Amino acid sequence: MSLVGVGHPLASPEAQLRVLETRRHRAWKPFEQALAESGLFPLRATGIRVLQLNLGKLCNQTCRHCHVDAGPDRREMMSRETAELCLAALAQTDIPIVDITGGAPELNPNFRWLVEQARALGRHVMDRCNLTVLLLPSQADLAQFLARHRVEIVASLPYYQQRETDAQRGQGVFAKSIEAIRRLNTLGYGQPDSGLQLNLVYNPTGAFLPPNQKSIEADFKRELWRRYGVRFNSLYTITNMPISRFLEYLLRSGNYERYMERLVNAFNPEAAAGVMCRSTLSVGWDGTLYDCDFNQMLELSVSYGAPRHIRDFDVAKLATRQIRVGPHCYGCTAGCGSSCCGTITSSAR
Amino acid sequence: MAGYYHQEDLPRFAEMGQCAPELWQKFSDWYGAVFSEGALSAREKSLIALAVAHAIQCPYCIDAYTQQCLETGSNLDQMTEAVHVAAAIRGGASLVHGLQMRNAAAKVSL
Repeated sequence: MSLVGVGHPLASPEAQLRVLETRRHRAWKPFEQALAESGLFPLRATGIRVLQLNLGKLCNQTCRHCHVDAGPDRREMMSRETAELCLAALAQTDIPIVDITGGAPELNPNFRWLVEQARALGRHVMDRCNLTVLLLPSQADLAQFLARHRVEIVASLPYYQQRETDAQRGQGVFAKSIEAIRRLNTLGYGQPDSGLQLNLVYNPTGAFLPPNQKSIEADFKRELWRRYGVRFNSLYTITNMPISRFLEYLLRSGNYERYMERLVNAFNPEAAAGVMCRSTLSVGWDGTLYDCDFNQMLELSVSYGAPRHIRDFDVAKLATRQIRVGPHCYGCTAGCGSSCCGTITSSAR
Repeated sequence: MAGYYHQEDLPRFAEMGQCAPELWQKFSDWYGAVFSEGALSAREKSLIALAVAHAIQCPYCIDAYTQQCLETGSNLDQMTEAVHVAAAIRGGASLVHGLQMRNAAAKVSL
């Protein structure tokens, strides 16, 4: 069950923000100060390269670290009308990438229509896929659909072993994920020269930072091929954000202070300069605009004079907007940095 | 005093530089160089450190290098095997001293 489903106090974004603001060690500088000392405050967008559409919170899994608090009990879904507004906004720009996420975005009845329309506009489309959705009887032809439309698949797989993966994503998820990758490989995904991109996402399975992306990618490639005979293109390492279910885990397990200290101490100005919010616009299921998917879950909509809803889309204002930041942003600037496409910098921690 | 070891002391390690800053700096530079990527990867060095931490039974080092092993991509199977290596060397070191015992016994025996 989601935090919302069990009525947990941390289901509320206000409660999460209160924890982040009040449970601060005096040695942790405010994120704004860390940016200012690096000459990056106020942080501004440098353009919009990625339009990230969150189609809703419905998911067939209930992962323990989920920053969306998604699950089978959630019903928030982007309507056709809002999806049309997103496409209208896209059509009036040359934004090259549409990044579709959720929940499990494929469970939104408008998903396939949206993919077709975005592809018809000539845009690159990414589907953030949990892999197991591909095995649902209702989605039996989903993999073929994605391949037909040359959709890039960005799929979560936190480790190349069952124990770690199932501990984070639920009992039996690892075996299903391997089966889903096998099916995608059969269609050409992850195969050399097919042009069908299958990229995996590594999230730490606990209160620690991700390893070096190149190094763990080599481990994944070697082990997934050796043990299961499956392939993929690239591995993206993503840091767990101290919000929503992962925040609840950090507090419940007594890891909160230490984890935050780890993020704060690992602040990397080079990563801060390249954070994804500077080149992304995130759209919520109800059309509200955000700087990123994490701000979306904290209900921190775009601000400082930028339009707050997709119906008022104004590319000039949004492409240069000031970005809202908070203590959770340390998650994207720690070490080599973290974004929806993995590490931001190549420098060592 | 409730106990000799406190987890919150680990981040205070740098206080050891307060009365001997030059020595601390030399140690810090050397320590950093030892653990950077070289002929061995950062992951391999972390596993060695974890094993040594168990051999010398330093709770601070076990804490720090458990975290470091996870952050360099090792899993529990690999970390457990590293601890077994440390344990085997410790056990073997005790056992091989049995030859001292045998030598000593032989010397005083008919």
